[in-house]
Amino acid sequence: METLEQIKNRAELAARGARIEVVTNPGPSQQSSLLIDNEHAVEVAKFLRDHPALSFDFCSNVTGVDWLERTVRKTTKTKQVVDGVEKEVDQASEEKVPGYLEAVYHLYSMKLKHGPIIIRMRAPNRNDARLPSLTPVWRSAELQEREIFDLYGIHFDGHPDLRRILMWDEFKDHPMRKDYEQPDDFEWEPTPHDEVLVRAKTHYTPRPEIDGAEKITATDRDSLNH
Amino acid sequence: MENLSATVETIEAMERPPVTMTSRLDGELLEVSMGPQHPSTHGVFRMNVALEGEIVRKLKPVFGYLHRNHEQIGENTSYLGSMPYTDRLDYFCSMTNNWAYALSVEKLAGIEVPERAEYLRVILAELTRLQNHASLLGFLLSDMGAWGTPLMYAFREREKILDLFESLSGSRMMCDYMRFGGCRVDASDEWLAAAKKIVDRFPKFLDEFEKLILQNEIVIARTQNVGNLSPELAISAGITGPMLRACGVNYDIRKVDSYGIYPRFKFRVPLGDHGDTYDRLMMRALEMRESVEILKQALPQIPAGPIVNPKVKLRAFRPPAGEAYGRIEAPKGELGFYLISDGGPNPYRYRVRPPSFINLTVLEDLCLGHVVADVMVILGSIDIVMGEVDR
Repeated sequence: METLEQIKNRAELAARGARIEVVTNPGPSQQSSLLIDNEHAVEVAKFLRDHPALSFDFCSNVTGVDWLERTVRKTTKTKQVVDGVEKEVDQASEEKVPGYLEAVYHLYSMKLKHGPIIIRMRAPNRNDARLPSLTPVWRSAELQEREIFDLYGIHFDGHPDLRRILMWDEFKDHPMRKDYEQPDDFEWEPTPHDEVLVRAKTHYTPRPEIDGAEKITATDRDSLNH
Repeated sequence: MENLSATVETIEAMERPPVTMTSRLDGELLEVSMGPQHPSTHGVFRMNVALEGEIVRKLKPVFGYLHRNHEQIGENTSYLGSMPYTDRLDYFCSMTNNWAYALSVEKLAGIEVPERAEYLRVILAELTRLQNHASLLGFLLSDMGAWGTPLMYAFREREKILDLFESLSGSRMMCDYMRFGGCRVDASDEWLAAAKKIVDRFPKFLDEFEKLILQNEIVIARTQNVGNLSPELAISAGITGPMLRACGVNYDIRKVDSYGIYPRFKFRVPLGDHGDTYDRLMMRALEMRESVEILKQALPQIPAGPIVNPKVKLRAFRPPAGEAYGRIEAPKGELGFYLISDGGPNPYRYRVRPPSFINLTVLEDLCLGHVVADVMVILGSIDIVMGEVDR
């Protein structure tokens, strides 16, 4: 297989205007990845699949990653004049890295039996995260992109059937996000009973001395009689 | 979610190839919810099926009944803490789940595995493959209406292998056996002798089982030319494992990635011709024979030595920052773990690539145009386990 740099240069030639960046992996696994800009992602993906020397026809794993806004502390050595003597001083600086949601695709080639190559796309806006869907290129992304949509809340444009898959349809939040807060009571759910119970209370005159704190206020009655 | 319409679509509008069955309800579609409580859904799995007479015109799988957000739990525990929890993914094959996770963490942290541990891993993974494939054939026959007998034949053999697992790891199904850089307990010579005895007797069971099942006229009538899958669609849809090889695509991760010590063993990769349900059944039977071959080579060769890399500190285990994707050929297909480390004691991202979940991508394509009774056979031949599908 070609190196990541070579693939990047080829892809940039094939898809005009595509901005591809090599994201190096600092760990010992030697699996670096290509960061692809969202506008040209489908074009680059098709190139990776169809080019005879690459032919990444098998998209194995598709997943989301949530990177929150974080501060990276850096110490840089600068030369300063301290007490008339020039010294190297460690200067701590903090850099804010904005957060983003990321979709990661692991590609292999069944034809040429090589891989993996990892491609990433980033959606900077948490409230309206949008990425192009690669399901038209690799069908195997269909259920996995649905899962990312469900658990991370990334909307994939061009996906044929984008709806929740693991959580139920009425669920509101995206539980795999790092800033997700669990509800404090999992057991509570709105049942007809709550409404019926409140309505039932209006048939009785309040008996605070027996029922304790149960008092029907005027606003409760108004809301029920509308 | 999208509702399956019960009335609007006519036969002409569907533009499907003509089918030979003649039962129809004047072009009306009948919506049937199959599952979640059904013995042949292998757990809690539901399919919204639109039927025209008996013929499937639409099928939407509904997931999530067993969802417990395994991945988030993995991100909130230490690396080692997730190891017993991987047993619960595909609860038939806890050994291969352990191996896939251990392999990914070893890639992430750059850990070497001693030779004896590699041999033990291969032996246990192939034993797992034997018992998984045998019980799959039993379950499938059960789905087809052969209640009891074939499944019990398969379970009789599975029980022997589970006894081996129990005597080695202390647990029959939730083994929790592998560790980063090795295995948890060593196998005694008696254990290896017992394993050899079971492996030597296994082909006899296979002969009997194949005669019983694969040459059975009813099984052939129910499975041949049912649920054909083309190799192009299989590759595009990311199908892996025996289901992919039934379409004739030669892709076995044991050969391609040659992880562990698989290059040392001689074994063949069985391939199918038609990609139908019968081929998928056949693939399991043939793979069991190859697993027996691997075991026959591995059991006498196993060297003495340590079973865990002494350099690995399992307590306060902190791999360096980075990411890794490791995958193995699990009995159901490619099982992968994608891990991102930020240098802390917990993984920043812990992702499971479940084979049976992704193999379900083509369920609708396989079932369209077949009668509703075939849906259960096709689903059974995909080999799903809901613990892994819903995670």
